Amino acid sequence: MSRTSTLRTLAVWVAFAAVLLVLPMVFTSRTSLTVMNVMGIWMVFALAYNMLLGQSGMLSFGHAVYFGLGGYAAIHLIVAIKAQRLGIPVFAVPLVGFMAGMAAGALIGWFSCRRSGTPFAMISLGIGELVAAAGFMFVSVFGGEEGISGDRSAGPRIFGLTLGPQIHVFYFIAFWMFVSTLAMWAFTKTPLGRLANAVRDNPDRVAFIGYDPQRIRFLVFLISGGFAGLAGALSAVNFEIINPETLGAQGSGAVLLMTFIGGAGVFYGPIIGAAIITFMQSMLSDFTKVWQLYLGLLFVVMVLFAPFGIGGMVARILGAVKRGELAEKLPGWLLGTLGGLTAFFGAVMVIEMAYRIREGGRPFRAFGRDFVHTSPLNWLLAGIIVAAGIAIVTIAVRWRQRGTLGAALRFREVAP
Amino acid sequence: METIVFSTLNGVLYGLLLFMLSSGLTLIFSMMGVLNFAHASFYMLGAYFAYAIGATTGFWAAMLLAPILVAGVGALVERYGLRNVHRHGHVAELLFTFGIAFLIEEIVKLIWGRNPVPYSPPAVLQQPLFTLWGTQYPSFRVFMMIVAVLMFITLWLMLKKTRIGLIVQAALTHPHMVGHLGHNVPLVFMGVFAVGCGMAALAGVIGGALLVTDPAMALTLGPIVFVVVVVGGMGSLGGAFVASILIGLIQTFAVAVDASLSDLLARFGVMVSNRSDLGRITLAQVAPMLPFLLLVLVLIFRPRGLMGARES
Repeated sequence: MSRTSTLRTLAVWVAFAAVLLVLPMVFTSRTSLTVMNVMGIWMVFALAYNMLLGQSGMLSFGHAVYFGLGGYAAIHLIVAIKAQRLGIPVFAVPLVGFMAGMAAGALIGWFSCRRSGTPFAMISLGIGELVAAAGFMFVSVFGGEEGISGDRSAGPRIFGLTLGPQIHVFYFIAFWMFVSTLAMWAFTKTPLGRLANAVRDNPDRVAFIGYDPQRIRFLVFLISGGFAGLAGALSAVNFEIINPETLGAQGSGAVLLMTFIGGAGVFYGPIIGAAIITFMQSMLSDFTKVWQLYLGLLFVVMVLFAPFGIGGMVARILGAVKRGELAEKLPGWLLGTLGGLTAFFGAVMVIEMAYRIREGGRPFRAFGRDFVHTSPLNWLLAGIIVAAGIAIVTIAVRWRQRGTLGAALRFREVAP
Repeated sequence: METIVFSTLNGVLYGLLLFMLSSGLTLIFSMMGVLNFAHASFYMLGAYFAYAIGATTGFWAAMLLAPILVAGVGALVERYGLRNVHRHGHVAELLFTFGIAFLIEEIVKLIWGRNPVPYSPPAVLQQPLFTLWGTQYPSFRVFMMIVAVLMFITLWLMLKKTRIGLIVQAALTHPHMVGHLGHNVPLVFMGVFAVGCGMAALAGVIGGALLVTDPAMALTLGPIVFVVVVVGGMGSLGGAFVASILIGLIQTFAVAVDASLSDLLARFGVMVSNRSDLGRITLAQVAPMLPFLLLVLVLIFRPRGLMGARES
């Protein structure tokens, strides 16, 4: 690494830390603090998940197991700190979460990492179901339906944080988020991190040059489980409660959606995904009851047309700026975005009107107009808008493929 | 004796339901190498379509129409979704079907709501068929077994005795050669995917009426079907059959046997207090865990599954 790039990297991390410090001074309301805390937790979890998905090509459908077990280890420790008056600060609890996640990863990874690809995904799904079912069964450890709750303000303090008020929790989460993000970024630069990429791309060649792909997968799985456990511990401190549902399929699915939508190919992708989806979850649910449908739609569209995710788009734009191609590419991108937004608006119309068929309520309102679901005209309009949006996107894609806008508008490709 | 006979009947019944799902899944997997995460969602769609169509046409027409419709949906998903994702590799395909499963569940919630819909078998099939030891056995269950068995015989005959089946079998192992011989392999793939989805939907038409039709039905059955496919051996129809029946029987017997874990362990000379967490758990509670436990054991001791030919 040259000196300038080292300096630049350093600058990025310093800026990141500064943003974290300043954020609660800009967004001071209680709601935004709550949302930011949840975002921080999911960012760590999504980054840990991406060590598997993006870095090593392992698709897991049960990563919430390590998140949940880390959280349980943390909450048991928090309860013990209060009951036994242990001299351990709650601030250090995430380390225990890390160790718990890692231990669970060692146990489960021992047999699940023997396989890769589809079998690995299926095993992770089975393990996830197994652990979630066991969670509801062993009441003394997992607390049954109502879970286990603790009091985060007990125990000695560090940095003068009592962890009572939300703002203290924010800095607590921000600290651990920064440390884990830095650690996970540093991991990508280690030989093991590089080998993980090699295992993802071509496991046979890795075996030929003398490394054991199974072992590499296992080691990455361990570390990823550890950071997932750390995120779980952050969640335990933030909510002061954890229940067996945390271990289940919902969390595993959510972290997969975040990581993929954010972009599994770039390091900061999961951070973007976690921020966007947590924001959607807390804000969008006020506007529409079916926000999860939008999330699913977004996911499927991205798998089909933009598998590089939002982070990948950012990386492309930055790359174009660096190479000075922005002016050349921007019109096509803008047209594509316009088409995408148009189609999306049409889809929103269809979904919102369909929702009102069964549930009733006030008609869907947009651009100062009511769209009543009983009028067939509105359905026709929605269909036209979707079709128009798809047409615009098609033109934008052809523009890139054929070079000029004139060629893109022609129905058939003219042979040169 | 009574418990054993009824549990066996119900276990075989549940196993057949599982096989109706896992046979399609295995067929799709062995042909395209993609494990369709949304398979159980098509099962759910079958139940809901049958409920919606049945409201106007009655059960019998719905039983025919719903699978055909779902097969159409499956064909569309394959043609415009899966085929495009295919070039990005297996993980992308798995992600795509995961997204489809998520989307189908949300769409079902949007149209039919979050609560179960009142979908039940027709009156003719609700009467008891025979009485054993004073307990009546509903005729719908027997009907279900007949439908399942008929479906397998049809599937088997199609695969083994017709020209289409010959091409499908050949395309399973040598897609390129079949393509060179002038057959439209992508069309064969689409057809197999559609038929697999249709079979899942037929299972849904029956399973929905037998069990419960709600948006969670895909999520409750889906993982178990995957267990069946992995335990039986990826891509092996015979293995899927054995594993389906096995898991059906295990689960039914675990629920039927009224014993706690401490009783069971005591037989092996391990004493666990009845008051402890471990001792209080009854076998019925463990039942939902058993398939996944079986999965883990099979993966550790026999990674290629009961009758699987290859490792992955």
